[in-house]
Amino acid sequence: MTNIHVEDINIAREKPHHEPPAGWQQYFSFSTDHKVIGIQYLVTSFIFFLIGGIFAMVIRAELITPESDLVNRTVYNAMFTMHGTVMLFLWTFPSLVGLANYLVPLMIGARDMAFPRMNAVAFWMVPVVGILLMGSFFLPDGPAQAGWWSYPPVSLQNPTGHLINGQVLWLLSVAISGVSSIMGAVNFVTTIVRMRAPGMTFFRMPLFVWAVLSAQIIQLFGLPALTAGAVMLLFDLTVGTSFFDPAKGGNPIFFQHYFWFYSHPAVYVIILPVFGIFSEIFPVYARKPLFGYKVVAISSLLIAGVSALVWVHHMYASGTPGWMRIIFMLSTMCVSVPTGIKVFAWTATIWGGKLRLNTPMLFALGGLVMFVFAGITGIMLSSVPVDIHVNNTYFVVGHFHYVLYGTVTMGIYAAIYHWFPKMTGRMYYESLGKLHFFLAFIGTNLNFLPMHPLGLQGMLRRVSSYDPQYTFWNVIASIGGFLLGMSTLPFILNMIGSWMEGKKAPDNPWRAIGLEWLVSSPPPVENFEEIPVVISEPYGYGKSEPSC
Amino acid sequence: MDSTINSHHAAEHTHDEEGNSMFGFVVFLLSESVIFLSFFIGYIAYKLTTPNWLPPGVSGLEIKEPAINTVILVSSSFVIYLAERALGRHHLMRFRLFLLATMAMGTYFLLGQATEWSHLSFGFTSGVFGGMFYLLTGFHGLHVFTGILLQMIIFARSFIPGNYNSSHFGVNATSLFWHFVDVIWIILFVLLYIWQ
Repeated sequence: MTNIHVEDINIAREKPHHEPPAGWQQYFSFSTDHKVIGIQYLVTSFIFFLIGGIFAMVIRAELITPESDLVNRTVYNAMFTMHGTVMLFLWTFPSLVGLANYLVPLMIGARDMAFPRMNAVAFWMVPVVGILLMGSFFLPDGPAQAGWWSYPPVSLQNPTGHLINGQVLWLLSVAISGVSSIMGAVNFVTTIVRMRAPGMTFFRMPLFVWAVLSAQIIQLFGLPALTAGAVMLLFDLTVGTSFFDPAKGGNPIFFQHYFWFYSHPAVYVIILPVFGIFSEIFPVYARKPLFGYKVVAISSLLIAGVSALVWVHHMYASGTPGWMRIIFMLSTMCVSVPTGIKVFAWTATIWGGKLRLNTPMLFALGGLVMFVFAGITGIMLSSVPVDIHVNNTYFVVGHFHYVLYGTVTMGIYAAIYHWFPKMTGRMYYESLGKLHFFLAFIGTNLNFLPMHPLGLQGMLRRVSSYDPQYTFWNVIASIGGFLLGMSTLPFILNMIGSWMEGKKAPDNPWRAIGLEWLVSSPPPVENFEEIPVVISEPYGYGKSEPSC
Repeated sequence: MDSTINSHHAAEHTHDEEGNSMFGFVVFLLSESVIFLSFFIGYIAYKLTTPNWLPPGVSGLEIKEPAINTVILVSSSFVIYLAERALGRHHLMRFRLFLLATMAMGTYFLLGQATEWSHLSFGFTSGVFGGMFYLLTGFHGLHVFTGILLQMIIFARSFIPGNYNSSHFGVNATSLFWHFVDVIWIILFVLLYIWQ
């Protein structure tokens, strides 16, 4: 038995290394092909999206009635903590990294990422993070319960005294996810700066690539701050140091600074690629060049720059002095300028265009509408007097769910449908896609719009029971939540069904312009037989010039 | 694809790949420096706002031994530069000697740090000051240790025949990392020992 096993390994070693395993097996291998890794990221993160969704469903089920009657309060705390953590660290980050992994080398005319092996290592850390987090459910004390931001002194409470508790596992998984993200960021920045095809100047790059570059720059300067804070919190929790423990002379506010210095820009890490997706999709389905290409490209970098200067707006109610509040109120409002530029550019792109309302376009339009709404409540929240009033209420929850579901998740769906024919070589079912869109769009608004009046009336977040006067809007929100849960069913059906049985996709089903549409569907290993030479700017729809 | 095209590609690739690796390494170091920056800002903020900064019975840090340590570590940056230059001129023996000297100086620094730690009257859990002191010196010490490990690897690799004929990426990266560790120490020394 052992002998045979050893021989097997030897045979495997003698195989030429660039013969990838065929078919579905490649997605379970340590593949270094950026396209395989991209799909690995997407599928893994979608599984965690479903898990995080189940947590959300438990929360919404608990909130149908004012009493705390479905789960006990400890479980409820664990639910919202894990829901937030999973959705951010295991759904939005990795799914967008997956899309970027798949698309960036194709879009800039490269054969792969700059460091393919590091790319694979970074991906395989994601399941480790997931297993650690999910494993914390089996600990005697259960998973972390201090919310996804883990503020001390709440996160420092360790009533049972176990060294391995939910909070420690939470910190470890965030640390591993951070290492994975830094590896990814180094890889993306190197790839985009150094691996572009001849003629692919910076101002000929598709806007998705600009967005990914800006987002990854944020990772590089932001994540280290969270790492620093997380290391200190971990020492407080395990060794008994006193960095954030007020009882021992520490200062818990400092953790908030460390945390938000990264975690606010992290929102832009998530949303910038979605902006990039919008910029890719609108011109294709409106058959018009993107309005103001250069300004939109630069606005991504501007957002990345401003993002480093706004974090204290999460801390208006944390004893922040008045002068500091005013500075951060103004800097936060500045974010609306580059984002506003983008919104106007997209609107102008659609304006007078020959619109095709395919599923990707529907998701992008829905995402844009909900982003405008989220942007308006965002400006309201940036203003100190409003924020002091609605701080820690459902108004905030409603705002960021319009960002993270209404915009980001809708954008991810749009991208998956748009590039599905390219990734799989099959067409998805349009009718199922449209059904998915309408369920998701109605569900999102039913779920998150009622949170705004609830918040304005003073309903606090993270509490499992509430005053009976809030019941009506909570029931509506819960119906929306279950609708969102249902909306994933046509999507899953569509993805599996059309990947297996769907109509064969041509190389360029949307008549889109871009290097990724020049190669076959799905693209061959190493992407390009010969590296293309780019001779014009992107988005030349309706112009007579060729694109490359 | 026939083999001539393949080998042509391969040569082009190694050149590109080396440039990519160095670029990526610099990007990584920039990001790594933000962790140190975060700790430094934390240290400054804590020192300025904590009422009883020094733990009871502690009057300050002894500066003499750490100052000698600093001189040794900073000088080692010049020594590793000499090693790098020797390799550039294909003087393999001299490269190894200078590298050994760098490793010795780095080890001396770490031993000095360990001696200092063992004589201190406060620990990691002695208030924010103790926590910050051990966090900063420990995290930096970890980087010195990593630097010495990298030096051992490039030292060992110099015995592989022909290993450093073309690509010096490993050596250049190790050297850059060592300079980085040195610069961080200078800032640390100013913050911890001079600004008391």
